[in-house]
Amino acid sequence: MNLTIARITARGLFGRRRFLLLLPLPLLLVGLALLADALGAVPSDWGPPVLVGLGFAVVLPVMALIVGTGVLGAEIDDGTLVHILAKPLPRRDIVLAKLAVAVGVTAVTVGAAMFAAGLVAGPVRLAVGVTVGAVLGALAYCALFLALSLVTRRPVLLGLLYVLIWEGLLGNLLSGTRVLSIQQYVVAVADRVAGTPLLTGLVSVPVSLVMSAVFAVGATVLAVDRLRSFSVAGETG
Amino acid sequence: MSPERRSEAAGSVECKGVSRWYGNVVAVNDVTMTLGPGVTGLLGPNGAGKTTVLHMMAGFLAPSRGEVLVDGRPAWRNPAIYAQLGLVSEREAVHGFLSAWDFVLASAKLHRLAQPEPAARWAIDLVGLADAQHRRMDTYSKGMRQRARVAAALVHSPSVLLLDEPFNGMDPRQRLQMMDLLHDMGEQGRTVLFSSHILEEVEQVSGTVQVIVAGRLAASGDYRTIRRLMTNRPHVFTVHSSDDRRLAVALMGEASVNGVELDRAGLTVRAGDYGTFTRALPKIARDQQVRVRRLLPADESLESVFSYLVES
Repeated sequence: MNLTIARITARGLFGRRRFLLLLPLPLLLVGLALLADALGAVPSDWGPPVLVGLGFAVVLPVMALIVGTGVLGAEIDDGTLVHILAKPLPRRDIVLAKLAVAVGVTAVTVGAAMFAAGLVAGPVRLAVGVTVGAVLGALAYCALFLALSLVTRRPVLLGLLYVLIWEGLLGNLLSGTRVLSIQQYVVAVADRVAGTPLLTGLVSVPVSLVMSAVFAVGATVLAVDRLRSFSVAGETG
Repeated sequence: MSPERRSEAAGSVECKGVSRWYGNVVAVNDVTMTLGPGVTGLLGPNGAGKTTVLHMMAGFLAPSRGEVLVDGRPAWRNPAIYAQLGLVSEREAVHGFLSAWDFVLASAKLHRLAQPEPAARWAIDLVGLADAQHRRMDTYSKGMRQRARVAAALVHSPSVLLLDEPFNGMDPRQRLQMMDLLHDMGEQGRTVLFSSHILEEVEQVSGTVQVIVAGRLAASGDYRTIRRLMTNRPHVFTVHSSDDRRLAVALMGEASVNGVELDRAGLTVRAGDYGTFTRALPKIARDQQVRVRRLLPADESLESVFSYLVES
């Protein structure tokens, strides 16, 4: 991995307000879990809405969306990407370095929060399960959103549509859409690892693993190809 | 100069029948040019297609037709060319959270130079940014950011250097430094191309000029020849005097005058040659005892100079 690009990407990410404003999201997850526990609620009541409804359905995709579209999209928007691209580097190295930062940041922030919330809700196995789910989700979501930032000028909007409409709305109404829902893969894998009734996977685990890999690899290959043909439009001609 | 910094291969850039269009709009139309060692100015009015040409040379835009080669290799979808090519784009964006030192050093590392630190130090010294090199670049002036970008583009000592409007936003002193720098780069045998819409900038730095107007290559070659073409073209002047009619009659006898038109606004004179006419006018006026109150060149915009070049 290209450490120079990773370092610049990470510094750029942490320097942006949009990202810093999001950091409370994972904290909210832990806070709600602690609050529910302190109020004496039973984990079987608050576990699913907090861990799945908030954690997997909102915190994970939204963090991945902001980070995944930000690692490359911000440099595309402000024009600094040209400095990185005007180097004799395989485009694959650039995409992989940026993806590694995005996955790392998302997995650590969301994974830690999920682990903590999982510990409050149940045994260590549950905490490990939701953390594994978060890491898997971070990989698939970030790869998808990073590719989106090279395919469209409105990656955040499109990403939100995918998360809210496709996964959130259609995923609950039409069972067929679940096969193309990262959220479902995440829940299925977390369910298998955790082995508790708090999580209910609706897609089989092998399908989830294969499809997550398809999302991650497919999106990365697409991103590398788009970056090879990256064009800079003239402003004044 | 550190031992690492020397351009061995003479860089060349070739455009072969290159066109670029966006939908129905043709931005660059059938441009053929070859650039060799030395400084070349890419001159043209705003919107002429200079940036589009530069972006195609730098591999940041695919030609719609034709071929762009850097050192004989296609520029498009070929990152390997950047080992020999440095680009300073017009957009002044830099990673503001980095210092110039971090920025230039990162460039050196991304070029996989064997000794990135000495290379970065050399490049920063070259652009005269050593004093401010450890400050964040978002505290820099426009000219300083520009110099940081030039340092980053030069850190691997490329044989081809492309700069888009490099003098924009620089004060006169920085402008002179940059001109000297480009001049030195050319002297060292590098192929330097910079774009500008200002005639005088090109005049001061480069011997060779490519003039681009409305997407077409209007003229190319030695600066002095083009300059002569530009100054020897017909000029239109508006003259106000104490006796326009009398002056008009006398002016028709002057060889450098092609035509005279008299109306209420005054006298419009079409002269074949700028220098001869402007020298002859005072003499004629004195002989005729006519006082010239105003002499205005009517078509001195750069665009009119360029469009003349296209027509000729």
